Amino acid sequence: MVAQQEIAEDKDNTYTINLGPQHPAAHGVLRLVVEMSGEVVRRCDPHIGLLHRGTEKLIEHKTYLQAMPYMDRLDYVSPMAQEHAFVLAVEKLLGIAPPIRGQYIRVMFAEVSRLLNHLLAITTGALDIGATTPALWAFEEREKMMAFYERACGARLHANYYRVGGVALDISDELLEDIDRYVTGYHKFVDELHGLLTDNRIFKQRTVDIGIVSPEQALDWGCSGPMLRGSGYAWDLRKSQPYDVYSELDFDIPIGTSGDCYARYLIRMEEMGQSVRLIRQCIAKLRTMKGLPVRLQDRKVTPPNRGEMKSSMEALIHHFKLYTEGFHVPAGETYAAVESPKGEFALYLVADGTNRPYRCHIRAPGFAHLSAIDTMARGHMLADAVAIIGSLDVVFGEIDR
Amino acid sequence: MTDQVLKTLGDDVAATLGGDVLDTVISNGELAITVRRDSIVKVLTVLRDDQRFLFKQLVDVCGVDWPEREERLEVVYNLLSLKFNRRIRVKLTTRDGVTVPSATAVFTSANWFERETWDLFGVLFDDHPDLRRILTDYGFEGHPLRKDFPLSGYIEIRYDDELKRVVYEPVKFAQDFRNFDFLSPWEGMTKVMLPGDEKARAAKTGSNA
Repeated sequence: MVAQQEIAEDKDNTYTINLGPQHPAAHGVLRLVVEMSGEVVRRCDPHIGLLHRGTEKLIEHKTYLQAMPYMDRLDYVSPMAQEHAFVLAVEKLLGIAPPIRGQYIRVMFAEVSRLLNHLLAITTGALDIGATTPALWAFEEREKMMAFYERACGARLHANYYRVGGVALDISDELLEDIDRYVTGYHKFVDELHGLLTDNRIFKQRTVDIGIVSPEQALDWGCSGPMLRGSGYAWDLRKSQPYDVYSELDFDIPIGTSGDCYARYLIRMEEMGQSVRLIRQCIAKLRTMKGLPVRLQDRKVTPPNRGEMKSSMEALIHHFKLYTEGFHVPAGETYAAVESPKGEFALYLVADGTNRPYRCHIRAPGFAHLSAIDTMARGHMLADAVAIIGSLDVVFGEIDR
Repeated sequence: MTDQVLKTLGDDVAATLGGDVLDTVISNGELAITVRRDSIVKVLTVLRDDQRFLFKQLVDVCGVDWPEREERLEVVYNLLSLKFNRRIRVKLTTRDGVTVPSATAVFTSANWFERETWDLFGVLFDDHPDLRRILTDYGFEGHPLRKDFPLSGYIEIRYDDELKRVVYEPVKFAQDFRNFDFLSPWEGMTKVMLPGDEKARAAKTGSNA
């Protein structure tokens, strides 16, 4: 499977192999230059940027509304979580807050994204170390949840659903009931997954005590999300710096103790259960607020609806202005972070008062995590390096930007 | 977090670091300090280790390009304190050919962030263990996130079926790249003086006096 094998003769008898960028265990386009002696990794040097598309530069040339779809294409496994960061950043600069129903819909779909992401992270991680079945099962469940995406916004993957000041469209009652029915039975699937992996002897042999991150290292390397919690920090931005309506919802933060791949796996499994809890609370709330606006009714930021445009000249002008010129964001800067499924996803947004961002830096959690792989993989077997990559949950859309 | 808490924090930081802090700004509920370029390592070390601050995580380093300024490049460090649940932003300015001390000795996470800042903005970091390009192609020239770098870039690549390999060529457009700004001419006209405008302004200041 390893594409090429470059043997570099060395007096220490080490040799260099080139893992990826076209390797199933490289989770996309990671090129890992590994220096090895025998089967043991001595040093590994990740080469990234093979998926670099210049997102930050492109966003500087787009209006705020046009910049939104780029967010989906960063971490394409949890698109709505990133849209969430973008709308929060712009809303902070504009000094606006979306209506309550919009906030609940955003939180609900952010948690659906977390389920989507964790399913992929756990099962492809397991696939890399030999467990084929979980991936097949999880992709079926992912497909069901992507149908919810599709029914809300028309797209299975690249949703482009969140808007500054709320969400693009209201969701139907039937969709709400279907999501409720689905997540109510979700624990059965989690139990099945537990049955496949948690006590599986081979899975445990491959993950327990592999890629240990000590608490000090986790801070030093800028780890966040399951990477940080796996090392014992009770830190989750949804709790510590709550955004939207997270402060009104009840959920727990799972924490690991050992900091190894297995701890991170268990945390992701438990987070899925917590996400289901959050989704059900959101659904209960959303049922009580039918018909309320999902978007801010501020015509300088959000467009009027179709019907209004047919009868009101002013609405037509607003619509035209918003979709050509876009809205202006007052000069200023902000750092807006969300707890994306992978960790702290944040935008450092600099606005200069025009209709386009002056600078939009994307802080991707995977970028910091991948930089730690050299230290994590040293002294492990090559096959363990693959297990570590799986447990980091790297997606190259966000790392390479 | 209230602005009062941030102000106290900002004052504490400024008092501890003395002349190293040039400016303290609180905006949008966030604290940002500007520091002298040469003292960045000291500033980060104090912010990390002082018991009142404990910003143990460097979550992000990035650059911003301001071509019209004398020191056009700005490096922005975002720090997080898990202990106190606070964030702080540290900024410094530099220009072409002037190096910035690397923060890698203080925070390991600075390693890749600084490589990225070098790659995309051309900020040179002193004492960085491994200052290679990170996101752009092997052999790439220029720093693409600078404002004077064109969106299309200079080089495009494609697979050549005759040569059976990827070839690099200068970017060719069938028409010029068009950059519409869509800015409204009316709302953009803030500093325009039409004949007679000065009377209105004079009357206003006159009444105030």
